[in-house]
Amino acid sequence: MDEMHKPSRRAFLRGSAAAAAGTVAGAASAQTADPLITDVQDWASITGAGVDETPYGMPIEYESHVVRRNVEWLTASPISSINFTPIHALEGTITPQGCAFERHHSGAIELRKEDYRLMINGLVDKPLVFTYADLERFPRENHVYFCECAANTGMEWAGAQLNGVQFTHGMIHNMEYTGVPLRALLNEAGLGAAGDLKDKWVYVEGADASSNGRSIPMEKALDDVLVAFKANGEALRMEHGYPVRLVVPGWEGNMWVKWIRRIEVSDTPTESREETSKYTDVLEDGTARKWTWVMDAKSVITSPSPQMPITHGKGPLVISGLAWSGHGQITRVDVSRDGGITWETARLGKQGDTKALTRFYLDVDWDGAPMLLQARAMDETGYVQPTKDQLRETRGENSVYHNNCIQTWYVNAEGIAENVEVS
Amino acid sequence: MSKSPNILLPALGVTGIVLGGAYGTMTRSYKADEADIARAQAQAAEARLVSQEEANTDLKSQIALVQDSAKAKIAELEARPAVATSMSAPAPVRDGAMGLGREALLEEIAAWDVDVLPDGRGLPEGTGNAFDGEELFADKCAACHGDFAEGVDNWPVLAGGFDTLADEDPVKTVGSYWPHLSTVYDYVYRSMPFGEAGTLTPDETYAIVAYILFSNDLIDDEFELSHENLGAFKMPNKDGFVVDDRPEAEYAAWSVEPCMSNCKEEVTVTMRSVFLVNTPPEGGSESVMNPASVEGLPSFSSAGASFIPEAQAKPEAVVEVAAAAVEEPADEGAELIKAGEKVFKKCKACHEVGNGAKNKSGPQLNALIGRTMGSVEGFKYSNVFQAAADEGRIWDEASLTEFLAKPKSYMKGTRMSFSGLKKEGDQVAIIAYLNSFLGE
Repeated sequence: MDEMHKPSRRAFLRGSAAAAAGTVAGAASAQTADPLITDVQDWASITGAGVDETPYGMPIEYESHVVRRNVEWLTASPISSINFTPIHALEGTITPQGCAFERHHSGAIELRKEDYRLMINGLVDKPLVFTYADLERFPRENHVYFCECAANTGMEWAGAQLNGVQFTHGMIHNMEYTGVPLRALLNEAGLGAAGDLKDKWVYVEGADASSNGRSIPMEKALDDVLVAFKANGEALRMEHGYPVRLVVPGWEGNMWVKWIRRIEVSDTPTESREETSKYTDVLEDGTARKWTWVMDAKSVITSPSPQMPITHGKGPLVISGLAWSGHGQITRVDVSRDGGITWETARLGKQGDTKALTRFYLDVDWDGAPMLLQARAMDETGYVQPTKDQLRETRGENSVYHNNCIQTWYVNAEGIAENVEVS
Repeated sequence: MSKSPNILLPALGVTGIVLGGAYGTMTRSYKADEADIARAQAQAAEARLVSQEEANTDLKSQIALVQDSAKAKIAELEARPAVATSMSAPAPVRDGAMGLGREALLEEIAAWDVDVLPDGRGLPEGTGNAFDGEELFADKCAACHGDFAEGVDNWPVLAGGFDTLADEDPVKTVGSYWPHLSTVYDYVYRSMPFGEAGTLTPDETYAIVAYILFSNDLIDDEFELSHENLGAFKMPNKDGFVVDDRPEAEYAAWSVEPCMSNCKEEVTVTMRSVFLVNTPPEGGSESVMNPASVEGLPSFSSAGASFIPEAQAKPEAVVEVAAAAVEEPADEGAELIKAGEKVFKKCKACHEVGNGAKNKSGPQLNALIGRTMGSVEGFKYSNVFQAAADEGRIWDEASLTEFLAKPKSYMKGTRMSFSGLKKEGDQVAIIAYLNSFLGE
């Protein structure tokens, strides 16, 4: 962008000052004419960017703070690590790929479509190798699904930890995937050799150096699993598994193997590193749950939240949040403003899609008094999102994974929100 | 679904437009004198009446038109019920193959299908013991996992932790937690060493796995681990797992109509966020201990907050400032530096460079050229680098190039597990990249 097209610094400062004044006085009681209206602004006079300047657009610079962020001390290396979706600053339900959280075990790799191969072997009639072009010839489907890391909210087992919904709940994204049902590929290789499918498994693994591998029971593999090559209408981003990743709706993100290169039909789970030493949930007595694949119903208020304080004072306030369930549709979300004494049923932005994020709203008149904000989701099975106490009662505090507790934000009289735990 | 409201909607829209037009006529005569105003108002009223009558007639005929066409549309839709229902369907699966893809060759399957099952199926022939494994481990694994598998920094601890699984912070190691030994072989062989996956031979892998068992006191250093006995090896925590029992333990009890009012007598804040998180414009995050306590916060009852606290200790609001435009360096070597930055990805797991670079499992690399070898403060060097430091040897481009090409031949005994940059272009690029941090 050249100098001509930038709003001048003076104009920018003027804009900020006017916005600040608006916060204090309120738009309805403006005493002096707003120079943003009465003065001819640069952007209303000088021409803007041409159509040849931005072949692929990024968000405008004023939104450059809405980015994935990592917490350095969480892991030994950013190459085997995770970052967090800025869910506090997003609206609606679709997560743009560019700010959707990443989790890699050996870094994001650059793999060309031309170099891509997908092998199906094991208990199949005919082991096969597909190219990317082969995959494009199978009948395909489009579905919006959430992908949540099993460790999302995991730090909160030990109590309120990080002050921001991006960090407590940001290991999640929600995209429209285009892909081929896994059952079509299995059918192509033929499952006759597998015999009775009831006790059979598919083992899936990635092409990156970690070759992350997980075992999926055949029943799920034949149900709604997708071998996906597009997200939100465009090619998968490198960090989301370009050119092909697995989509395992409603189940923990670690199973959504990126850069998927091999699918093996087997008579037993592989018991790989990621499904034994990791992604198993230690209970209070030291035993651990394994094969805890489904992500249970969960919700969180994204605004107000620690990164999204109330800046407008008393009066109309939009309480906005997200709800999701790995068991199906979200049917209801309740919101409490007093730490769970009283609940009001929120408005769903639209009817919940199965295994996808649902946006909810509670539109209130804030009286300026402190609040303890909570959200509580229910899904189509009738399951009600539990409190932290309920979770700890059955599991203790060492599970790391699958923390779907009701989250509390304390909002003080100035509108500042903080991550807290309540009695 | 009722069909009629939809039909009336366009008609209401028309009324709005007509009234809006009349209002517009009136407000524009504001500069005339009073008589003119009165006259204009009278005329406007008359015009309004006329135009409303016209509009009404117009409206009626329009409504009739819309309703007629809607009726016709409904009749048409009802005659074709399939159109009125959803046409979406899952992707069809053929009865029989589509003839896509090609048959996988046996050697291709052998190259990729190397996962090992709990009973030992999939293990390649081979053998190894902890005695041989110790040296391999020190060479290839200890930089991250420590000489005794105790773990360096945040890297995984592989040994010990027995009888801690029920503690507050369980230590989940290969010895204390992993249920199957097959998993250790499988993971080491396929995914380790970090940054050089897939380079170990079966014998090396057996030896490293044996060393990990040895460091957990599970075997002695003469035990020969092989494809013949690995599958039958019993791990201590083999029976420590139960299949997901959430349906029985949780779902039934938690799937009840929830309480909506007077659900609790009183609610108090019992804990405040341990860390405040700053989110600087350049990205990432900074965690800062939260000094605030729960003292002085209101309690809540069905009547609301017990009081509105005054001047309470509040967390700093997260400041998110739009990033200032960064000037791209445009000097001649920029391309090379950029290429070097890409090559440096191979090093990033262990080395940091740039502003605030810290020692990780490898030393920080700021101002590397011209620096005495083995001289970074606070870094625990191997003997060979300590000797180089004592001799006062200096990193220059020639020595760094040679080291990067084959670290273990240039510095025999280095703990750096990296096998080297094979391409000359990569060596040149990475040195250009590192040189861009000479001033740090």
